[in-house]
Parts: sequence; C-alpha cells; structure tokens
Amino acid sequence: MTLELRNVGWNAGFKKIISDVSLSVERGEFLGLIGPNGSGKTSLMTVLAGIRAPSTGQALLVGQAMKKIGRRNLAQQIGFVEQQADTIDRITVREAVSLGRTPYLSLLSPWSERDDEIVADALGSVEMSQMADRMWQTLSGGEKQRVHIARTLAQQPDFLLLDEPTNHLDIHHQLGLLELVRALPVTVVAALHDLNHAAMFCDRIAMMDRGKLIAVGTPEQILTAQNLRDVFGVAADIEIDDQGRCHIRYHVGTSGHAGIKKDRVA
Amino acid sequence: MFEKTPVHPPAQRRAGRAYLVRTGAVFFALVLLIGVIAIAAAKGETEIPLGTVLHTIANHIWNAGFDVDPIDGGIIWNYRISRALVAAACGASLALSGAVLQALLRNSLADPYLLGISAGASTGAVSVAILGFGAGMVSLSLGAFAGALVAFGFVALLAIPAGRSAGAIILAGVAGSQLFNALTSFIVTKAATADEARGIMFWLLGNLSGVRWPDVYLALPVAVIGLLVCLWYARALDAFTFGVESAASLGVPVRRVYVVLIAVAASMTAVMVSIVGSIGFVGLVIPHAARFFVGTRHGLLLPVSALIGAMFLVAADIVSRIILDGQVLPIGVITALIGAPAFALILCHGRVLR
Repeated sequence: MTLELRNVGWNAGFKKIISDVSLSVERGEFLGLIGPNGSGKTSLMTVLAGIRAPSTGQALLVGQAMKKIGRRNLAQQIGFVEQQADTIDRITVREAVSLGRTPYLSLLSPWSERDDEIVADALGSVEMSQMADRMWQTLSGGEKQRVHIARTLAQQPDFLLLDEPTNHLDIHHQLGLLELVRALPVTVVAALHDLNHAAMFCDRIAMMDRGKLIAVGTPEQILTAQNLRDVFGVAADIEIDDQGRCHIRYHVGTSGHAGIKKDRVA
Repeated sequence: MFEKTPVHPPAQRRAGRAYLVRTGAVFFALVLLIGVIAIAAAKGETEIPLGTVLHTIANHIWNAGFDVDPIDGGIIWNYRISRALVAAACGASLALSGAVLQALLRNSLADPYLLGISAGASTGAVSVAILGFGAGMVSLSLGAFAGALVAFGFVALLAIPAGRSAGAIILAGVAGSQLFNALTSFIVTKAATADEARGIMFWLLGNLSGVRWPDVYLALPVAVIGLLVCLWYARALDAFTFGVESAASLGVPVRRVYVVLIAVAASMTAVMVSIVGSIGFVGLVIPHAARFFVGTRHGLLLPVSALIGAMFLVAADIVSRIILDGQVLPIGVITALIGAPAFALILCHGRVLR
C-alpha cells in the first residue's frame, strides 16, 4: 500500500517546476516535505494527490498508474488539504465536512445514515463535534483548518496529504494540529515550513531544493547544519536531545546571504 | 478506518429529514408556480375569472367538456397560457444558468449573459432586422440564436488560451460582450431608422408578446432537459465550494464538468434569449434569493432557483401587462424595477435573521 513517484517532472507551461523526483511513501508513516519557498513543494503535493498529472515520469498508487485509477477512485484513497481554501458560500461546518463523501455518492448510492455517521466521526476526530452547526465564516483559522482535515477524513483515505497545514495558526494550534494528525490512523505526507515541527513529528523527511528532491531520510539525517546552510541559507546549531529528537537553533545575522538580508531591510 | 462510535440519534434521523424538507420545498414551489400561471391566464386587458381559466385548461388537457366562451377560451389557451409557460421556462433557465455559473466560476456576480450570449444575440438580431441578413428567410429569433452561438464560441476560444481558469473565462466573457455590444451599436447607429432603433431597444429589454405554442414546444423541453442535466451534476457543483483544486481532490472530473455545464448554461440561455430577448436581472439575482431560502446545496438550490425564477418571470409578465393601461412594458424593465427592491429586502432581512 504505497504512494510512489518515479522520475516525476512537472511543467507549468514551458517552465520546469519540478524535475526527476522519485519518492516512495510507506504505509503508516508521517513523511515531512521541506524546502525553501518556491522549491516546488506545493506542485509535488498536487502531483502526489493525483490532481495534476506529471509531465514526465509516473505517479503510482499501489503500483498502478494514477491516471488509470480515475479521479473518483483516487479520491477514495487520497485526501488532500490545500494550503488555503476558503469559500464565500454560507455553509455550516457539517455541510463542509459532508463534501468529503462526494467520491462515494451517486444517483444509485445517495446520502445515507452511514454517511451521517462517517461525517460525525470525522468531526469527532478533529474535536469539532460541538461546532457542527456553526457557519463556516464564523470560524477561526485553526478551526477552519481542522474542518478541512475533517472533510478529507470523511473521504476515508489511506493517505492524508497536507500542504503547509499550520500556516497562519498560532503556536498552540500549530502543535495541536500536528499532534492530532500524527495520532490519526492514516499515512500522512505534510509539507511543513517549520523545521523544528518537521523534526518533532516526522518519521522521515524529504527535502526539496529548486524543483529537485535532494535528500530523503530520518530527521537526524536530513536536518544537519550543512543542509540548512546549503538549502535554506541559514546558519544553525542542531542539538539532539536524550530521546534522539533534534532541535534547531538558528543564528541571527550570520546567514551570510546578502539576498536574504536585503529582503529583510526592504 | 475510524473507531466505531455509537450512532448519534440526530444523525440517524438527519438523512430522512433532509429528504422530506427537500421534496416538500420543491413541491411547495411547484404549486405556487402553477398558481401564478393560472393568475397570469386570468389577468390582462380583459379580466377572465379563474374558474373559466381552470375550465379551459381542463378542456384542453382532459377534454373535460366544460362550457367556456370560445373567445375567452381562445385568449386563455392561445395567448396567455402559452405566454406564461414560455415566461416560466425562460425564468427557470436563466435562474438555473446563473446558479450554475456562480458555482462553477466561484463568483457571485456571474450571470448567464457573462458568456457573451445576450450581446451576441442582439448583434444577430440587428443583423437580421436592420442589415437584412438571410434576405427574409431567417427569423429574428434564428438570427439571435446564431449570434449568441457565435459570441459564445468567440468567448470560449478566447478563454482556452487565456488559461481556462474562472478568472480567464470571466475576462473573456467581458471582452466578448463588449465587442458584440459595440458591433450592435455600430449597426444600429449606421443603418437603423429611429423606428427600427426603438424596436430593437424594445426587443433587447425582453419581449413576450407574439409568443405562441410553437415557442412553448421549444422552450419547455430545453428548460426541463437543462434542469435534469444540471441536477445530475449537483454534487459536483457542491464540491466546487472550496475551489477547483478542492473539487478535483474530491474526485470531481473538473474539466468535463466545466465543459458540460457551461455548454448547457450557454445553450439554455441562447434559446431563451432568441425567443424573448435578453431579460436581465433574473439570472443574476434569483439564485442569490434562492440561497437565502434553501441554502447552498445544489441538489435543492437548483430546482428551487429554477422554480423561483419561473414564478418571478411569470409574475413580472403579469405586471408588465397591467401596470399601464393599453400599453405593455418591456418585461426587462419590470424584472429590474420590482426585482431590485425585492432583492434588497431579502438581503437586509436575511442579514437580520442570521
């Protein structure tokens, strides 16, 4: 039961966004995807989710090419939470989560009590049961994100793909959300921008730079001072605590990257 | 994949209850629509009692054999019922197209004329009426329909290389509409007499006079088929709530849904515009009004939008016929004149309620 990319490239028009990425997601793991802005994380996530077909190479689900599996079947196995998805529609939390049942419904199998149960369970697993009848527009950023996750859970996927799920959340909600996702009985691939979070929650980390996947491994293997300097252009010390988790301490003003300094001033 | 939790009793009942509410609302709106059509058949320059209207309808449908004055019967059946049915089909189609386009393009200002259809139809109409295209062999309606299709084709061709996104489609529609409106103005100012210009303006504002049974046989099936196709895609439209990518990740074949539904909306609108001219306001505002009553789920929103649109246009037609003695106002004037304040009321009331 794996999700696999083989030599995948993806172009936007004539511009190469990602090239030659090979990656295999193992069942039950929490895989983190890190990389600087514009390194192709989001594009890779959409290819992995089967929303975009790779321009070159192959995207496979359980050894089968995704384009042969079909949108509807894919949606029953892969759930994807975008970076920012909002709506102007006046819908309740429950209605938003109910959308997750879309890949299972048809004229011949209409909405049933079973679907109600699944939606209620999904709301429960993100601790939003009490807010099921609230309007979407009244939710805070963290609550909206949890509803999105509940919506994907209602798809009953084997793989949960999250694109920067903690964006715009305060630290309490960032940690809460990642803990929640970590505890779910699904395989998770998450693009993360906070490297300490990647270190804390991921079983493995994949690192991208300029459209290429440059390394995959355990947090201790990937989050090295050398990698941080080469890929992110920051100076940092890595400390390994007694539980074997690494912690990153950044140094201010020693990045040695004129470009980044200029950005800050501007 | 979830641990089994006990079924919540409210959840258990929800599926059944939602179904009841849904059929109830649609049935209620349908009864109201039939009532409004009956009133439309009774009102006009000569008032005819509702009883006579019902007798006439019964005579025609079931050969009931009621004793009805033949002149009254003729007015009701040949003029007023056919006219009301076309108004209903037209209102339903426009509201439906509006609801579908607003959902697909994620824009509350989308309306059926966004795709250049009314602009193209008017260019087609003036080409026939003023330039004399088709040398009398082509009717105004056929010219309008051809014009609508040409303009829609232009917009579609423009939208594809522009990126096919909702934004690209909207901008292509604006460009197409502007171009064809300019063509219409050009033809009118260059070639039309004052009378012709006035006639065309009347047509552009929507005109139901001269509508007869053959028009019903065209408009009604188009509206019904359009509604069925859109209903088939109701869940797909729901999935667009959080945008195109989210719809794709929910298993919706986004491109196919776009192509099918935009083509259906465009054809419905083109047919209606070619029969009655471009009646504004209905396609933009009725879907919003319907959302205030029944929410945003398309399984319910689409039929209710269609029914409210139908009711609204039949009612607007009644008003346009009786508001001024001996003169029929263009129905487009009425839809905006009544519709705008009515919508403002719903909008404010809705805000207070929530």
